[in-house]
Amino acid sequence: MNQRTPWSKPILTPHRPGGMNKFGALRPQLHQSELDGVAIMPLLEQYGSPLFIVSEKRLRENARHLRRAFSTRWPKVRHGWSYKTNYLGAICNVLHQEGSWAEVVSELEYRKARALGVPGSRIIFNGPWKPAAALEQALLEGAALHLDHLDELFAVEQIARRLGKQVPVGLRLNFDTGHTEPWSRFGFNLESGAAMDAARHIGASQWLQLTGLHSHIGTFVLDVRAYAQQARIMAEFMETVERETGCRIEYLDIGGGFASHNALQGLYLPPDQVVPSFEQYAEAIVAALTDATRGRAALGKPLPVLVLETGRAIVDDAEVLVTRVVGGKRLPDGRRAAILDAGVNLLFTAYWYNHDVRPLQPSEGLAEETVLYGPLCMNIDTVRASVMLPPLNLGDALLISPVGAYNNTQWMQFIQSRPAVVMVMQDGSIEPVRLAETLQTLTDPERVPEALRAPFPNPSPSR
Amino acid sequence: MDNNQDRQGKSLELPKPENLMRLALSDSGFVFDPVSGNSFSVNGSGMAILRRLQQGTDLTRIVASLCEEFEVDALAAERDVIEFANLLRNTFR
Ligand SMILES: Cc1ncc(COP(=O)(O)O)c(C=O)c1O
Repeated sequence: MNQRTPWSKPILTPHRPGGMNKFGALRPQLHQSELDGVAIMPLLEQYGSPLFIVSEKRLRENARHLRRAFSTRWPKVRHGWSYKTNYLGAICNVLHQEGSWAEVVSELEYRKARALGVPGSRIIFNGPWKPAAALEQALLEGAALHLDHLDELFAVEQIARRLGKQVPVGLRLNFDTGHTEPWSRFGFNLESGAAMDAARHIGASQWLQLTGLHSHIGTFVLDVRAYAQQARIMAEFMETVERETGCRIEYLDIGGGFASHNALQGLYLPPDQVVPSFEQYAEAIVAALTDATRGRAALGKPLPVLVLETGRAIVDDAEVLVTRVVGGKRLPDGRRAAILDAGVNLLFTAYWYNHDVRPLQPSEGLAEETVLYGPLCMNIDTVRASVMLPPLNLGDALLISPVGAYNNTQWMQFIQSRPAVVMVMQDGSIEPVRLAETLQTLTDPERVPEALRAPFPNPSPSR
Repeated sequence: MDNNQDRQGKSLELPKPENLMRLALSDSGFVFDPVSGNSFSVNGSGMAILRRLQQGTDLTRIVASLCEEFEVDALAAERDVIEFANLLRNTFR
């Protein structure tokens, strides 16, 4: 037999004016077979597909990059790791080792941080619901407590009275920066005077001491001017409350929200062109803060600590999801579709990002517009509505990135169970950081009443 | 494979050769449809199938000749031809 040509699936790609989109058709065919120098395919074989892979190296680099960008510009900087962005223990502890505190928004997250060994004095406790027991524990352990509403303020005052000690508290503020949608449901509103009312109450209380101001203006905020305005407004409010209530503000916490290098749906330009660097955010924030606190030095008042709660911009590009093609079809409109073993059950962020998708192996074939579906029997389960990809064969592996933010916390055990997460350690070794779930994970907490133990108690052969 | 041959030949509606005859094909994989004015890129296996369909070759023989020319088994080739023929049928009416 003569030499046969390798087979790849037949493809017919229409030429459209301007290509698929601004980049799709023109983009060179990329593939990625390694992460931090470690071959991915053997990991997929060992731990099963789909598989989340975290890069310890990238995580540390990102944390250091953020710290460097700010601490070279402002004397006192603190980072609180936003647990809800990704609270896998291994990820939290990498960031704690880099000096980050824990930023938690529920009793569960608070307890998770404590269980990991984080002292209460390095926990920032945010969120609209902190049960009384959690409030008391946080006060006793010296956490930075950010009050969200008046009921909470009064609850904390009562606890402090019962404990017989004055406790430091922070106030969560909300206000209009002019550049972002105001998140007015969290914290005390500044424009309406509610924030000042709360500060006055605290100032007059013998049990409470206002030491910090907090706000979080949104997430994936691309406009650095929003942060400049936020910093200015908070610094001005600091001056006002100090003057009016005699308190001393030790820190200004500007929350999270820096954009990660991910492609937000609806944005025309790729992330590299629209996402500000940490330096650009830092420059805008510190310039505004410096300007607004100019008078303090003259009065002998210390500058506040600048607290950041950056989540997605630290972890997003430190994690990838590897998935396999489990089926393919041609849609009635001619487009190719591939069915993957990972869908929106694992990739919650597919609802708002167009993730980068590339094959693990190089492929010679022509790229074609492709729809990527997940494995759920649900119409909403689309990983990418349109992406240019080379020919895909059954079993081919695809690498989806960045996926580090909000997926390992918002993933669902729905129809499928959740897969393993492994970490590529700095030294190139591999550590499982979350085991793949099994049927038992699903059924263990269930109890089937005695009377319901048998699914077919009276077997009737004719039915 | 043998007992499939009968079924193959009959069950598939192939694109009409006359609808494919009008297409201008170049060896580099460029396809031009003078009726719609649209142009396309086709890969090597697609071109091989397209040329055979233009000649009115039936499915059994297309699959057999693809297996000779390409590193593909008959079942995989048949699956891909079925899907591709459908795409051609709907693209070039
Ligand atoms: C109070 C608070 N801090 C920090 C974050 C982290 O935000 P991001 O991941 O956008 O940086 C959030 C997220 O919503 C938040 O609500």
